[in-house]
Amino acid sequence: MKLELRGITKRFPGVVANEGVDLVVQPGEILGLLGENGAGKTTLMNVLYGLYQPDEGEILLDDQPVVFNDPGDAIAAGIGMVHQHFMLVPVFTVTENVMLGVESVSGPIRILDRAAARKRILEISERHGLRVNPDALVEDLPVGVRQRVEIIKTLYRRSDVLILDEPSAVLTPQETEELFGVMRSLVEGGTSIIFITHKLNEVLEVADRITVLRRGKVVGTTTPPETDKEKLAAMMVGRDVHLTVEKAPATPGDPMLEIRDLVVRDERGHAAVDHLDLTVRAGEIVAVAGVQGNGQTELAEAIAGLRTVDSGRILLEGRPIPESPRGVYAAGVAHVPEDRIEEGLVPGFNVAENLVLTGYWQPPYARGLALERDRIAADAGESIAQYDIRTPSAFNDIGNLSGGNQQKVIVAREFSRPVKLLLAVQPTRGLDVGSIEYIHARIVEKRDDGAAVLIVSTELDEVLGLGDRIAVMYQGRIVAILEPEEASLERLGLLMGGAHPEEHTAEELAAAAPGPRPEAPPS
Amino acid sequence: MTDRLIGVARGLLLPVLAFFTALVFGAFVIIFSDPRIVAMWTTDPLGAIGASWSAVMGAYGALIRGSIGDPVRLFGAIVALDGDAVRASFRPLSETILSSTPLILTGLAVALAFRAGLFNIGAEGQLQIGALTSVLVGFSITGLPMVIHLPLALLAGAVGGALWAFIPGILKARTGAHEVITTIMLNYVAYRLVDYSLKTPLYQREGRADPVSKFVEPSAVIPPIIEGLRAHWGIVLSLLAAVFVSWLLFRSLRGFEFRAVGLNPQAARYAGMSIGGTIVLSMMIAGALAGLAGATVVLGATRVLTPGMAAGTGFDGIAIALLGRGKPAGVVAAGFLFGALRAGSTPMQSATGIPIHLVVVIQALVIMFVAAPALVRAIYRIRAERALGTETFAKGWGG
Repeated sequence: MKLELRGITKRFPGVVANEGVDLVVQPGEILGLLGENGAGKTTLMNVLYGLYQPDEGEILLDDQPVVFNDPGDAIAAGIGMVHQHFMLVPVFTVTENVMLGVESVSGPIRILDRAAARKRILEISERHGLRVNPDALVEDLPVGVRQRVEIIKTLYRRSDVLILDEPSAVLTPQETEELFGVMRSLVEGGTSIIFITHKLNEVLEVADRITVLRRGKVVGTTTPPETDKEKLAAMMVGRDVHLTVEKAPATPGDPMLEIRDLVVRDERGHAAVDHLDLTVRAGEIVAVAGVQGNGQTELAEAIAGLRTVDSGRILLEGRPIPESPRGVYAAGVAHVPEDRIEEGLVPGFNVAENLVLTGYWQPPYARGLALERDRIAADAGESIAQYDIRTPSAFNDIGNLSGGNQQKVIVAREFSRPVKLLLAVQPTRGLDVGSIEYIHARIVEKRDDGAAVLIVSTELDEVLGLGDRIAVMYQGRIVAILEPEEASLERLGLLMGGAHPEEHTAEELAAAAPGPRPEAPPS
Repeated sequence: MTDRLIGVARGLLLPVLAFFTALVFGAFVIIFSDPRIVAMWTTDPLGAIGASWSAVMGAYGALIRGSIGDPVRLFGAIVALDGDAVRASFRPLSETILSSTPLILTGLAVALAFRAGLFNIGAEGQLQIGALTSVLVGFSITGLPMVIHLPLALLAGAVGGALWAFIPGILKARTGAHEVITTIMLNYVAYRLVDYSLKTPLYQREGRADPVSKFVEPSAVIPPIIEGLRAHWGIVLSLLAAVFVSWLLFRSLRGFEFRAVGLNPQAARYAGMSIGGTIVLSMMIAGALAGLAGATVVLGATRVLTPGMAAGTGFDGIAIALLGRGKPAGVVAAGFLFGALRAGSTPMQSATGIPIHLVVVIQALVIMFVAAPALVRAIYRIRAERALGTETFAKGWGG
């Protein structure tokens, strides 16, 4: 089915989210929709999916104008959407999730006909290589498989146009490759796909055409052979961007953070960090790569004093690290937490209050039982200027800032004092190219000031760009430590998937990515 | 400064409109609860309109005269230099101040806990326990000068309320028991504890079979502002408490922690704050405020403790905190409003025959309209961006 958007304009009070957007997706085509956060990608897709009504412009399906008043209309017209955050019921089986809302029923009292649904699911999954067990509970499935369930859901509803919103954000490189295979199989069958992303290499790899949005407008449409990463980034940001992190070779000093035989348990009592050893020296950046859920979160929380250490030791400058978050802070550790809104900031507090969230309890911000509000306001003004935080004033609610500016607030707070160790978990997740460039530069600056830096990231570009050494974490252990020169995307991907560090073959690639996770390799 | 004024005006817009709307709805309640007027609609519609108008104006006029007073009468009394008449014309205002005193304190008790993410339904029980402990200190100690005895009795009320609130606080901090459940249940326990205590020789007045406490010693009685009127200096205590809560929340380290925990406990933990400690401390301070409310009732208004005394004051505190948007100044304003409604309801009933329960209906409607800002906006066609009625001061119920 051919989909066309003509002159779509969507205004919200005070902002124009989309302005005269024209977009065409031909049958059997993958259109990459590229843009920074806040460029209007999501608004545009919500217009297409019937969640918003456009103020101007029209939607055409096979050259016929259509109006979608709600997602039901869009689904009925053959548009399917896979959201970034999955819309699945964890305690339902795959079959139940897929049929939810379009249940097949049989008999006079309309009993659910799971068998019929199951049969169609198996057909769809076979045709497009979407391997999934229809009887498995969704809560037991890894993220990659959950995504397949979401795609099956849309196909089950006979979608001709599929919208994928940042589908690779949660996947390993191998899982991403597999997703691309599915996407290619789908377009061969005549489905059109809109692939929303901010990852340049992915869009270059899989898209037939690429449309770039900036500030709500289409800045251009191009094809992969005509363009490259630098050109696309410049289109997105509106200026030239340094995609590679610029840094001098590290000059490592003495060990600053030493982790010895560390065991940390998760909420269910499993050893999420399983006898892990790692050393970070002053003046170097160690980047921990790994698929989400391999113990990185627990490792970072243990260092930060937020999670109890089961056994083993964490040493800072040779001494045991304090066991409370405040003790760790006072010992000179800066911590950029994994989730800025859930953990790093208090929405409802203003920018100034968030800037002192971790340091409010000591001078110069505290005097006796009272807060030094004048000092807090004055320092906030300075941080806003120094870290280029875009906010109307220091007294605006942090929740109203963009993701990039929120992260700058955390960076300003954590970097504005001399630190021995900088612990940054997913420091650029969900940020646009310009903000990533900025935050990377600040991290390198901290390293050059002599801090030991430990980065935990699932973004391989970030790991490769920032790390002076790269530690691959798999099932609670560091399975390999690589120099950046010896670490390729492919090799990292294999190691993250659990392949043996020494040798890796095509067979292992196939074995490592899908299906049940293999046992941890002996270390 | 002008920015702040605009902010205050914006903050007031919604509660004021909610109150006005509630009065309009209340007017319909007055009209349709009068069988005479309802009957007139079919026979004499014009007359019915006139009768409706006079019934509504009569009721609301009596309500205002009963809560604020009659300026003409006051002016006449002053001109005539008649001291007793002046005092009498101040009586409605005095009654409003008297009712507002504990309402402001329980409103603060709910608002403070709410800032820390806790829904304190237990101000009612904390007030009862505060009354119980302060009346005990009030009647059992004799021979102390007032400067020692009165503060001691007030302190006893605050401590009693704080200890009562400590129970749900520690239960939540240690076991995660939801404070809504525990505080509601403790309200019942508090009521019955008061009933029981008043039957014990320690509390029960000699020679009485009914549950009534001994009289508070004169040295522990909060003196009236004007001799002969019931309003007492407890109102100053309430206002000082509001100033204290404002300082605590917005200018102190503890308040920073309360608000951070209330808005995002996970970030508070990341920042090194103690979630459990904050829960317990905020509940205890809230309990102290509610306990103080109980103390002002037994030491100022009644001078004895009886079962069911000041019942509902703690629950009204929830409404007042909501209407005051969790801000101490807003709580003071809402407390005076509810105090005025309470004080004016009895004169209204005696003057017009409209039952005092109309006031309860109006109070309930005010809260409904405050709780549903979208409804008020729709009625008055205010755009959401300007009205700013949905400021979050805590996330959910802290569950």
